[in-house]
Amino acid sequence: MTKKIKNLNLNFGPQHPAAHGVLRLILELDGEVVEKADPHIGLLHRGTEKLIENKTYMQAVPYFDRLDYVAPMNQEHAFALAIEKILGIDVPIRAQFIRVMFCEIGRILSHILNVTTQALDVGALTPSLWGFEERETLMTFYERASGSRLHANYFRAGGVHQDLPVGLERDIAKFCETFPKVINDLENLLTDNRIFKQRNVDIGIVTKEDALDYSFSGVMIRGSGVPWDLRKSQPYDCYDQLEFKIPIGKNGDCYDRYLCRIEEMKESVFIIKQCLAKMEKGPIKTFDGKISPPSKKEIKQSMEALIHHFKLFTEGYRVPEDEIYTSVEAPKGEFGVYLISDGSSKPYKCKIRAPGFSHLQSMDYLIKGHMLADVPAVLGSLDIVFGEVDR
Amino acid sequence: MKNLIDLEKKINSELTTKINKTKIKHNQIYIEIDKEDLIDVLLFVKTNKDAKFRQLIDITVVDYPEELQRFKIVYLLLSHEFNQRMILSYFINEKEVISSITSIFPSANWMEREVFDMYGVNFKDHPDLRRILTDYGFEGHPLRKDFPLTGHIESRYSEEQKKVINEPVKLEQNYRNFDYESPWEGTKYIKEQVNTDDKKN
Repeated sequence: MTKKIKNLNLNFGPQHPAAHGVLRLILELDGEVVEKADPHIGLLHRGTEKLIENKTYMQAVPYFDRLDYVAPMNQEHAFALAIEKILGIDVPIRAQFIRVMFCEIGRILSHILNVTTQALDVGALTPSLWGFEERETLMTFYERASGSRLHANYFRAGGVHQDLPVGLERDIAKFCETFPKVINDLENLLTDNRIFKQRNVDIGIVTKEDALDYSFSGVMIRGSGVPWDLRKSQPYDCYDQLEFKIPIGKNGDCYDRYLCRIEEMKESVFIIKQCLAKMEKGPIKTFDGKISPPSKKEIKQSMEALIHHFKLFTEGYRVPEDEIYTSVEAPKGEFGVYLISDGSSKPYKCKIRAPGFSHLQSMDYLIKGHMLADVPAVLGSLDIVFGEVDR
Repeated sequence: MKNLIDLEKKINSELTTKINKTKIKHNQIYIEIDKEDLIDVLLFVKTNKDAKFRQLIDITVVDYPEELQRFKIVYLLLSHEFNQRMILSYFINEKEVISSITSIFPSANWMEREVFDMYGVNFKDHPDLRRILTDYGFEGHPLRKDFPLTGHIESRYSEEQKKVINEPVKLEQNYRNFDYESPWEGTKYIKEQVNTDDKKN
C-alpha cells in the first residue's frame, strides 16, 4: 500500500531567536529537507526614505543610524559622501581619518556580533559572551566621541560633528593592543571546532556566477572568491592612504564567510592603528559657514555666525540640483545612497541600497535542498539586520 | 572599456537609435533610454565584452507628480570587470506597465516588488509580484509624493475587541511643515498677501 505524503509548511518566525530580528520565513519541507523558502519581510518597515524626503539634510543623518544599527556610522558615511560630492566640498584630513577609524570600529562591532551569533545559532554560547564584552568597549568609544552608544549622529557633510575628546585616541590605541588576543580566543573556540565545522562547511555554497547574479556584495561575494572591496576598488575618504589586505574565500560556504569576517576584523584593527598614527591635530569639519555650523564661541561674538547658526538649524543648507549614487563598503556589503536633490534644503529622493536586502532575497536559492537545521546557519552567515532590510 | 568616455562612445555607436542621451558625471555614466528598449540595452551592457555590467545594484523610481510622464524608473548597474557604474533611466506614465528584468538579473525580483509596493508601478512577466515591505492588506503606495507622511490608517490594540484594529489616523495636532526659505521675504502666505496687496494698490 502506498501512502500519499504532503509537504509540510512551516512558519519560521517572526519572533524566533535565530531569525536575527523580525523575519517570517515560510518553509516548505519534504521531511527534513527544505524545498522552498519564502521570506516575508517588512515587519520593521518605518518608511525611512519617506521621512528623509521630509527632513533637511542634517536632520536626515540620524535615520541612517537606525538602518543597520550594529554599525551605525558606516551608513552615515555613505550619506555624508553623497552630499559632499554634490556640494563639491573637501573634507579636512583629520576628519577623514576620524571617519575611517569609526567606520572600522563599526566593522568590528558588526563582525563580532555576526560571528558570535552565528556560533550561537549552531550551538556555541561562549563566543557571544566574550565578544559582547569587546562590543561594549567599542560602544563606549562611540559614546565618548558622539554622545551615544548606538545612534551616533556623528558624521556631517564636510566632516564630523565634533573633535575627539582628550584621551580617546590613547584608549582606542590600547584597545588595538588587547583586541587581537580576543580574536585569537574566538578563533581557538571556533575555527577548528568540530561541531562548528560540521554545521558550517559546505553549507549554503554560493558560486562566483550566482554571487554576481544575486547582487551580492561584501563578505558574501568575497567568500565566493571574487576580489571586490569598495575600499580598494573605489576608495573614498582616506582609504587610499592606508594599507590593508582583503581576505578572499575559496569555497563560498558559511565557513569561508566566517573566516573572511575574522580576517577582516584583524585588518580593521590594523587600519585603526594606521589612522591613529597618521592623525594630526587640525580642523574636523569644513570651514564653509553655509554648510557647517559655527562653534558656540563664535556665536557669542559674531553676528554672522549667529545668523548662520539660525539658518542652518531652521532652513538647513541647500544642495544644488543633481543626481548621484554613492556607496561605501559597509560591514555587510555595498551600502549605497541614491540621492536626488532639487536645489532646496530637503532631498527630493533618497533611495537607500541596503546589502542585506539582496542577500536575504537569495534565501530560497541558498537553502534549497538543505536540512531545516541549516536554516539558522545560512541565515546567520548572510549577516542580516532588519533595520536595513526593511528600512 | 577602460574609461568612461570610450564606453560612452561605444554605447552610442552600437545602440544609436536606442539611446536618447548620455552624460558622464561624478565618475558615473548616466544613460536615458525609451521604455521599449530596456531589455535590449540591458542585455547589451550585461553581455558585451567591453561593458560587462554584470551586477544590478538597485532599481528605484523617482516620482514627479506634476509631469505627464510621472515616474522615472532608474536602474543602477555595476561592472566589476572595469570598475564602472551606470545609471540607466526612462520615464513612464502612471498607468504604464513595464517589462520585468528578472530573467536577465535574478536579483531584480525583490527590487521590482519593492518598486511595485512603494510606487504602484506594474511589471509584465514578473514571477511573483506581491507587496514586500508594507503590511498585509496595506492600501496605497507610500513613496508617491501625494501619499501623506502620516499615512491613512493607524493600528492599536483594542481592549474591548481584544485584538489589533486599524483606524483612520487621528492627530491631536496636524503635521506642521514650516517654510523657512528666504525669511526676509516672508513665508509663502505672507508672500501671497504681499502680492495681493500690491495688486490692490
